[in-house]
Amino acid sequence: MTPTLQLFLVISAALFSTGLLAALSRRHAIFILIGIELMLAAANLNFIAFWRFGPASQNPTGVMVAIFSIAIAAAEAAVGLALVIAVYRHYRTTNVRRLDQLKG
Amino acid sequence: MAGLITALILLPLLGALCVGVARKNYARGIALLFNTITAIVCFLLWRNFDTSVAGLQMVERHVWIPAIGAEYLLGLDGLSLLLVLLTSLIFPFAFLAQSRSAGARGYCALMLVMQAALYGTFTAHNFVLWFLFYEMSLIPAFLLIKIWGGNNRDRAATKFFIYTFLGSVAMLLSFLGIYFAKGTFDFAALAELGRSGPLLDGNLAWLAFAGIFLGLAVKVPLFPFHTWLPDAYETAPVGVSMVLTGVLSKMGVYGFIRLLLPLFPREIQVLGPWLLGLAVCSIVFASLAAWAQSDLKRMVAYLSVNHLGYCMLGLFAVTTSATRPAVELQAALSGVFLQVLNHGITAAALFYYVGLLEERRGRRGIGDFGGLMQRTPLLCGWMSVAMFSSLGLPGLNGFIGEFLIFKGSFMLSGAATAVAVIGLLFTAIAFLRAMQMLFSGPLAESCSAFPDLLRREKWIVVPVTLLMFAIGIAPQFVFKIVNTTVVQMARLFA
Amino acid sequence: MNPWIVDYLWLVPVVPLAASLLILTFAGSRSKGAAALAIIGQLASLALSVIAFLPTLQEAGWRAFHNFTWFTFGENAVRIGWVLDPLTAAMSVMITLVGLCIFVFSKGYMAGDKDFSRFFAYLSFFSAAMLGVVIANSLLLLFVCWELVGLASYLLIGFWIHKPSAAAAAKKAFITTRIGDLGFFLGIFWLYGSSGTLLFYDGGKGCLEAAGLLAIGSSATFIALLIFCGAVGKSGQFPLHVWLPDAMEGPTPVSALIHAATMVAAGVFLVARVYPLFSLGAIDGVTPSLTVVVWIGVITALMASLIAIAQADIKRILAYSTVSQLGLMMVSLGVGGVAAGIMHLLAHGFFKALLFLGSGSVIHGCHDEQDIRKMGGLRKVMPVTFLTYAVGMMALSGVPLFFSGAWTKEEILHVAVHWPPSQAPYYLMLAGVVLTALYMTRQMIYVFFGNRQAASEKAHESPRVMTMPLILLAVCTVGLSAVVTPAWPWLHAYLSGKPAHFAMAQLIQPMLFVSLALVAAGIGLGVLIYRRAGEFDPFARSQPAFFRFLENKMWVDELYAYTVVGFSKIAAVFADWMDRYIWDGLVRALGAIGQSFGVLTKGVDERGINAGVDEGVIGARGIGRVMSAWHSGQIQTYLGAVAVGMLALLLFYAWLA
Repeated sequence: MTPTLQLFLVISAALFSTGLLAALSRRHAIFILIGIELMLAAANLNFIAFWRFGPASQNPTGVMVAIFSIAIAAAEAAVGLALVIAVYRHYRTTNVRRLDQLKG
Repeated sequence: MAGLITALILLPLLGALCVGVARKNYARGIALLFNTITAIVCFLLWRNFDTSVAGLQMVERHVWIPAIGAEYLLGLDGLSLLLVLLTSLIFPFAFLAQSRSAGARGYCALMLVMQAALYGTFTAHNFVLWFLFYEMSLIPAFLLIKIWGGNNRDRAATKFFIYTFLGSVAMLLSFLGIYFAKGTFDFAALAELGRSGPLLDGNLAWLAFAGIFLGLAVKVPLFPFHTWLPDAYETAPVGVSMVLTGVLSKMGVYGFIRLLLPLFPREIQVLGPWLLGLAVCSIVFASLAAWAQSDLKRMVAYLSVNHLGYCMLGLFAVTTSATRPAVELQAALSGVFLQVLNHGITAAALFYYVGLLEERRGRRGIGDFGGLMQRTPLLCGWMSVAMFSSLGLPGLNGFIGEFLIFKGSFMLSGAATAVAVIGLLFTAIAFLRAMQMLFSGPLAESCSAFPDLLRREKWIVVPVTLLMFAIGIAPQFVFKIVNTTVVQMARLFA
Repeated sequence: MNPWIVDYLWLVPVVPLAASLLILTFAGSRSKGAAALAIIGQLASLALSVIAFLPTLQEAGWRAFHNFTWFTFGENAVRIGWVLDPLTAAMSVMITLVGLCIFVFSKGYMAGDKDFSRFFAYLSFFSAAMLGVVIANSLLLLFVCWELVGLASYLLIGFWIHKPSAAAAAKKAFITTRIGDLGFFLGIFWLYGSSGTLLFYDGGKGCLEAAGLLAIGSSATFIALLIFCGAVGKSGQFPLHVWLPDAMEGPTPVSALIHAATMVAAGVFLVARVYPLFSLGAIDGVTPSLTVVVWIGVITALMASLIAIAQADIKRILAYSTVSQLGLMMVSLGVGGVAAGIMHLLAHGFFKALLFLGSGSVIHGCHDEQDIRKMGGLRKVMPVTFLTYAVGMMALSGVPLFFSGAWTKEEILHVAVHWPPSQAPYYLMLAGVVLTALYMTRQMIYVFFGNRQAASEKAHESPRVMTMPLILLAVCTVGLSAVVTPAWPWLHAYLSGKPAHFAMAQLIQPMLFVSLALVAAGIGLGVLIYRRAGEFDPFARSQPAFFRFLENKMWVDELYAYTVVGFSKIAAVFADWMDRYIWDGLVRALGAIGQSFGVLTKGVDERGINAGVDEGVIGARGIGRVMSAWHSGQIQTYLGAVAVGMLALLLFYAWLA
């Protein structure tokens, strides 16, 4: 069985759906962050797959962008975790259900 | 002597600034100082003015806003010079006439601004510039009446402002119309266009004529646009009344001579009989109304309308008649010019005297006085001179102007003139009635403590009266200023 | 070669003017020097007038003038000047001489008045202006001086300023004469316009000379009539005569100088001066304008002498007599007797001044009483006044032989009888002669004869300073008759520019007997009626209604008060009312329209536009409230919504593809 674009796309979609489900359903902020990371990973995977099966697969441009994206994701995760800690310090909870300050 | 006229206009403005920053007690002194300087400048202008040359002299011409045809164009001809001299003459006396009252700073500053605007109006020869100055004189006048006026000042000031401003707006619109058709705001160029052919076509011309006519008729004022005048003059403080009647009302006459008559000769000729009728109504009704007044200031105000009516009579006669012999045109125009000067001097003097009486008595009804001749013979004597001058007694200045106006207009339009002389009769009646009630009879109780003319009052009264005699007896020095202009204008209307 | 006086003729009026100005400027209110200065000025002026008189004697019809430019307007010059001819010379000598007498008299009469100096200043000013009228060679200059004369008259009538009646009379005089002057004014313009000059004589180019008259042509009638309006006003002719009797409110010397001898005669002088305009195009010596002059004169003369019969005030009688005599002069001018009219003017100047000064003396003697019914028997107390007054009375009534007035009146009748259109003026004049004799006799009897009444109880003769002028004037009145008789009509010849011849045989003319008879009848009738007159006038007793009609001056004043004056006053009030309510009302109505428009737009603004916006805002807020309810603040709901939206977009995209 040779790997095809479809295969990668299916995997990526599954990964994305898992992440989305986590982000939407979990109550704990850390888990939501993890869900977001999953969705990012799915996006990266998609990106790599399109590069690899695309017309210009000789140049490592796709990899470069993916690495760049992973770096940003790492930074984002750091910021997210810092925010979670800050929120926790302020509200003494990380349950997003109770964080409804944006309510209109 | 380039720039002298600009200097003349800027000096009072500078004075106003100085008054604004100076201490309160010095305000009048500074104003008088600046008036002395402007008087010197005026004298220089007079000396440098070549009376043998027609047309504008000492012209200052600079590009201003080329896109709308606005030029900075100042110049003097005989008429302009005459009015500039009149302005320089009246203002110092108006300042002197006002007592050193509280709030004098704003008062003096506004008066100076008005003075600058008047100089500008009489010397500007481009409509945009002229209109700027024309309006600039209106606002100080409004404020002066509104702030320092007597009873009823709010109403009178508002009426004055709205009335004259409405006229100005109409005039501005008309001029815009002319500009879009002809592309120039230059007075001389417009006059030339008006002479050579119709300035505008059909109804547009009538519309433009009506707008300018309205603006100027309100300013003069011509019957029946005069009702703002008695109220405004009555309530304004003495100095402002002097300026309003002495100089400001001349702006209207000046406008008629400079703008309306040269630009719309055909329209005026068509409407001629009606316009003459308005002038005659001005003369007759105003003098009749003056007779019926019980307030001295109001009486003098109505007689002002009457005297300006003579000017209008002369001007309309010049432009209405079908046959126009040069002698009669020149007589009427010279008469109008002289009347402008004479009325300025005499009416301002009369307001001054009324102010003196009011200052002494606290009221100014004709019935509030009696037998003054026994108490204040000097005041009565000098005041009588002004009154006789105003009713046109020969030997005093009023006669010469009226004589020439009537001489010219009688041969140009006899019927109107014949009716207009009735005004001379009613003027005399109004004045003699006032004299009888003020000066003669037993001395009224309320007047028994009046002081006669004080020394500072004599400083005003004597020179002005001497000037009246000088113009009445040997008027040649005035005619010398205007003669070439008269000839030139007569040719324009011939 | 003109004598030097022609160039210096201006000095004649300027000397009194200078005196007047000096007095006004420097003299205190009661300074004796004022009178001295005025009298010296008048003397100098008299001397100059006499010097000016001499060259006119050289040859008949001699005339010289001096013109100069007053001012130039445009390219035209207004020229004025003065003229020296028999008319000017005779008038100026008469004015200065009578003036001198009156000045001297005033010194006594006005002594003790608190405004003594001012009086002399005004008198001198009047004298100057009057002399200016006489010497003027330009209708403009004449008019200037004419108005100044009117001013002087105004000032002097109202001299006793504290008397309201004096002030009213002064005003009336000024305004009534000004009505006439308006016509005069228009006449000047018409003349100026049609002839191009106002100079009378200008070496053939003047308006009274051939070329000027030719240019005027047919409009001469109108011009002449307009100018005559001025004369009517100044000379107190019907219908503008009403001011003259009231003018007697002034001090008596003023009445003598201005309102008898000189100023009121200026109208007659004016007509004489511009006579060529009146007679232009005359057929048989008659023109329409001259006919008007005749009839105005006749009406005035008769009316005034009738009124004079019923007056009680000594000065008013004389005033009406003056009016009637002026009418007589006008008749004379109208029928073509210019010289006769002027002769009568000159003679009248002397004897009427004499009569007025005499009446002044009587009033002074009777302590300011003017009612003749309260006088009587003054003949013995005031002999000098009586005698001189009698001379004046006889000259006025026309008693022949020794009194100049009689001869000049005779002269007028001579001309009038030959007037082609009608003899009516002549016969009416004869009636006037009778009336004149009658009212003068009445006055004489009341004042000087009979018993002494209340006012004459303490009467006394006036001081020398007042009687000397009376004597001098009486001498002039008598003396003048030497040159006005038909035997040696020197004055007539002098004025009309012809040589005079002496012919004793001409002295007694048939006409003399007619007037002698009429004068005798007048005086006789007067003596008969008033011989026993007491408190009540016999005439009033026999004809009460007619007497009251005359006593009230034919109700002309009342007529004017109710018609012309009343109408003008109503017109004035009406003009004021129109101004306040119609014209200003219109303006206010326009303002109100503007204001109501403003109110309207304000309403639309507040109720319409502004309210709409408000409603909109409220609605938006409601929507916002609903929308904000959707914002739960639950981040996961939001994210879910994003996911659903994303999915929807994807599906939409897929559907499109």
